[in-house]
Amino acid sequence: MPGLGDRPRRVVVTSPRTTATKRRRYPGTREIDEQTRLGVVYIRSLVRTQLRLALSVCTALACVVLGLPLLFLLIPELGTAQVLGIPLPWLVLAGLIYPAFVGVAWLYVRQAERNERHFVDLVERR
Amino acid sequence: MFVVVAGVLIGFFGLRLSRTTSDFYVASRTVSPLWNASAIGGEYLSAASFLGVAGLILAYGADMLWLPVGWTGGYLVLLVLVSAPLRRSGAYTLPDFAEARLSSMTVRRTASVLVVLIGWLYLMPQFQSAGLVLRTITGAPEWIGGVVVAVAVAVNVLSGGMRSITFVQAFQYWLKLTALGVPVVFLLIAWASDDVSQLPARDMTTWAVPLAGGREYPLYSTYSLILATFLGTMGLPHVLVRFYTNPDGRAARRTTLVVLSLLGMFYLLPAVYGALGRLYAPDLVTSGRTDEVVLILPARLIGGTLGELLTALVTAGAFAAFLSTSSGLTVSVAGVVAQDLLGGGVRAFRRATVLAVAGPLLLATTTRSLPVADVVGLAFAVAASSFCPLLVLGIWWWRLTSAGAMAGLLAGGGLACAAGLATIVVGPHAGLAGALLAQPAAWTVPVAFLVMIVVSLATQSRLPADVARIMVRLHTPETVNVNRGDWRPRS
Repeated sequence: MPGLGDRPRRVVVTSPRTTATKRRRYPGTREIDEQTRLGVVYIRSLVRTQLRLALSVCTALACVVLGLPLLFLLIPELGTAQVLGIPLPWLVLAGLIYPAFVGVAWLYVRQAERNERHFVDLVERR
Repeated sequence: MFVVVAGVLIGFFGLRLSRTTSDFYVASRTVSPLWNASAIGGEYLSAASFLGVAGLILAYGADMLWLPVGWTGGYLVLLVLVSAPLRRSGAYTLPDFAEARLSSMTVRRTASVLVVLIGWLYLMPQFQSAGLVLRTITGAPEWIGGVVVAVAVAVNVLSGGMRSITFVQAFQYWLKLTALGVPVVFLLIAWASDDVSQLPARDMTTWAVPLAGGREYPLYSTYSLILATFLGTMGLPHVLVRFYTNPDGRAARRTTLVVLSLLGMFYLLPAVYGALGRLYAPDLVTSGRTDEVVLILPARLIGGTLGELLTALVTAGAFAAFLSTSSGLTVSVAGVVAQDLLGGGVRAFRRATVLAVAGPLLLATTTRSLPVADVVGLAFAVAASSFCPLLVLGIWWWRLTSAGAMAGLLAGGGLACAAGLATIVVGPHAGLAGALLAQPAAWTVPVAFLVMIVVSLATQSRLPADVARIMVRLHTPETVNVNRGDWRPRS
């Protein structure tokens, strides 16, 4: 046994294989076509990502759309408040909500297309 | 009289201008999203949007603002949950989608029946509304207007009109926008320069406040209406068909975005009519003819030749609304009936067209007139309770089975239809039962989803064999070179 004051010998513990990247044997599209485990994973992850995006938009929409009537019910002063001479409920429901829809829709389209680009990069890269 | 003729002619010839051909063969695939979107918007804006919303707002106040919000928001929900995958499915009609996703002919046929029912519920108020317009302008009995529109639509469709070219329907949107938008400017000027204190006192306080006055059970009705409109848009027969004119899924999304903007622009207007109507035409409420407010206001506020011209303009817009939407609906419904229920072919299409038009006409002339937007709301409720679960679960859930889909369609669609017919034929009921039947979506939609999910989970042994392939087809961008299976639409 080495002496008490000695340090233990240093040993390399990494494998030489970590310096080399493993190349994929088939392109992702072939994995999908043959419905291998990997192919299924690709598709499921795409669907899950898009679904998550869709559901977050729907949840945000539901909160606003289902919450507004409740808000008007619980806080009657909001129902009679006026902004620039227009009653607040009218300003929101007959005016502001439409540009809000368009804004949300635009953000959604951007993100959905980004998801698809990532997917295409993933499966077409060799 | 001149007004009527002008209005009918503009609306009718707007539809017949270019020779109609199926959009399959026209180069509308390369048409810009704005044209495509205008065409969708033009077909979507029916009499309910043009006349009915303003009428309901006049009668019931702020709560009715949710109706146009829902019709627009429905497109947002459609964009997010359905647009790209539906286009990628290759389906031309909703029964097509049912067959593509589930490989089941029984589900396909059930879907066809539901398409017909929804189409009828949507067409009936168009005919009734036409009768109303004709009566307002000329004093003719109500049933004549309905017959005129029904015959015009049938003639147009039967004489070889498959579907109006994109351009014609796009023109219809901008016509309707102008027909409603130009008078608004004049009306607002007239109102601003008018001495409002001279008008007899009106009850503006409860009317302008949401959930305050108006209908019984306002919170339930509002929520049910929201559910029906937001979830029902995707299930309307004439909406899906227009999707097919997009070249791919990405374009479908972008076009839907533009449609959303166009609809939003349009729906800013009816509230103004409703509000001005409350000030200047409250007698319509007591006489129960609130749907006429858009037609009456220009004459009341402005009068003279300008008033007459503006009245002619809104009448033209109203007829454009009836004719374009009714034609689009009739073609979609007749196409489905001919293909799935009558065996296909030109003869079948002709019979189907007559069927598609005669049913609602019969209902329109024999039942009493309900506000047009209310009956259209029932069509939305049926669509929300049947096709919404089918589309949402079909596109995003791997485990949907045909048994589950059937059960859900029958449960949701059946219940909503029953509620709708009870309201229309037997008349609006009073009390809680009346509210539940007039706005059934709040209970029929959850029932439909629940049934579809539970029955699917119970019949997992009968999952369609190629679900994975179908999911690839629905979700993979078209640029990726994968095997999407070889299902093709029959239409």
